[in-house]
Amino acid sequence: MASVSMTINGKQVSGEVEGRTLLVEFLREHQRLTGTHVGCDTTQCGACTIHMNGEAVKSCTMLAVQADSAEVSTIEGLANGDELHPMQEAFREHHGLQCGFCTPGMIMSATALAKRNPSPSEADVRHWLEGNLCRCTGYHNIVKAVMAGARAMNA
Amino acid sequence: MYEFNYQKAGSVADAAAKVAGADDGTLMAGGMTLIPTLKQRLAMPSDVVDIGQLADLQGISVAGGKVSIGSMTTHDTVANSADVKGAIPALTVLASGIGDPMVRNRGTMGGSVANNDPAADYPGAVLGLGATVVTDKREIAGDDFFTGMFETALDEGEIITRIDFPVPTKAAYTKFPNPASRYAIVGVFVAQTADGVRVAVTGAGGTAFRATEMEAALNANFSPSALDGISVSADGLNKDIHASAEYRAHLIGVMAKRAVAACG
Ligand SMILES: Cc1cc2nc3c(=O)[nH]c(=O)nc-3n(C[C@H](O)[C@H](O)[C@H](O)COP(=O)(O)OP(=O)(O)OC[C@H]3O[C@@H](n4cnc5c(N)ncnc54)[C@H](O)[C@@H]3O)c2cc1C
Ligand code: FES
Ligand code: FES
Repeated sequence: MASVSMTINGKQVSGEVEGRTLLVEFLREHQRLTGTHVGCDTTQCGACTIHMNGEAVKSCTMLAVQADSAEVSTIEGLANGDELHPMQEAFREHHGLQCGFCTPGMIMSATALAKRNPSPSEADVRHWLEGNLCRCTGYHNIVKAVMAGARAMNA
Repeated sequence: MYEFNYQKAGSVADAAAKVAGADDGTLMAGGMTLIPTLKQRLAMPSDVVDIGQLADLQGISVAGGKVSIGSMTTHDTVANSADVKGAIPALTVLASGIGDPMVRNRGTMGGSVANNDPAADYPGAVLGLGATVVTDKREIAGDDFFTGMFETALDEGEIITRIDFPVPTKAAYTKFPNPASRYAIVGVFVAQTADGVRVAVTGAGGTAFRATEMEAALNANFSPSALDGISVSADGLNKDIHASAEYRAHLIGVMAKRAVAACG
């Protein structure tokens, strides 16, 4: 067992993990932050996307020990109380979700894009979302939501 | 995943000592290949030695006609490096086409080259530019590095520290990606270098290889039409659900012409 400590959504947490404990297991099972989803567990779908030190990563393909001392943010950290984050609001407004399973990963990936590119084109968004799969929406409204959300975040 | 002992290396020498001291130790860089492999229980190392964070293995420098890239530099860092773009724009194109943003944020050049997946992109650049792979023990010429499918000239426990890419006159990389993973079904790296034209093909065979007949034709006339009439044999090329060997052989010609055209 190893001890890890990290900041998650601004809160300092620590815990005991095995070397093989995945970061997503640490988030979901140890910290009970179940907003981060596991879709494929094979690094393909992006449902498990979180930010580590400000960059989007797939938390199913990282060990918890690799995030030791890092700043982690998850979907739970975005809203300000009852007030949705502008990217969440854009997904609601543009019907960017149906079942919602992919949504936490889509939104974490989208907010990382918006930080780099305040006004992404449709092509930019489609290229960026190559690592996020959605089985419901056909992507169209997700792309619209991400374009609008990025602009709202940078307004 | 089977259980293993995780160890964070403090330096390259410490990593080498930790791997040597373990029953069956393995290095971990970005983990984008290793962790999926461990999850599928295709490997059962006693120890995983993490070198991903080592500061000595990060970073990019351009000097003396070459671009040196630390082995633990991520694909994203290469893709967004103004220095690399200024010296060898084909490398930034290559890096920005690997996988997806999350994979590029973790995956490293050294991990990719050490792993030598037949469909990986970087082997095309290492061969195509005649790069030198520098390890904790020696320097290995790009032409000697890739020895077979998932096999390299690295000894057990040997650590890639950086890769030196000579700056070419012109170069371009063109790939036909698998639409799901973005791995190369066929990728062709073409470079005009001080020692002549180099054409490296990845994705098509067991390991990246040079297309010497194309190199000769392009040395005589560096234009896409110089490749008319050169066909690559499908013998020994990869075949899978995505593409037959014949289709890959055909794609080599198409991608090579596009790469020559992209050299401008
Ligand atoms: C969804 C997905 C899509 C991808 N798409 C592409 C693609 O389009 N093109 C492409 O080229 N790749 C692709 N990859 C692979 C990606 O580029 C990986 O980053 C790469 O294969 C391995 O790099 P890593 O840093 O993650 O290495 P790791 O997974 O940590 O290590 C890989 C292997 O290399 C060894 N190793 C690592 N560092 C060193 C070193 N310094 N010296 C010696 N040995 C070392 C390790 O022991 C291990 O055996 C994809 C991966 C995923 C998950
Ligand atoms: S659960 Fe991590 S990529 Fe699908
Ligand atoms: S909304 Fe159902 S998977 Fe995307």
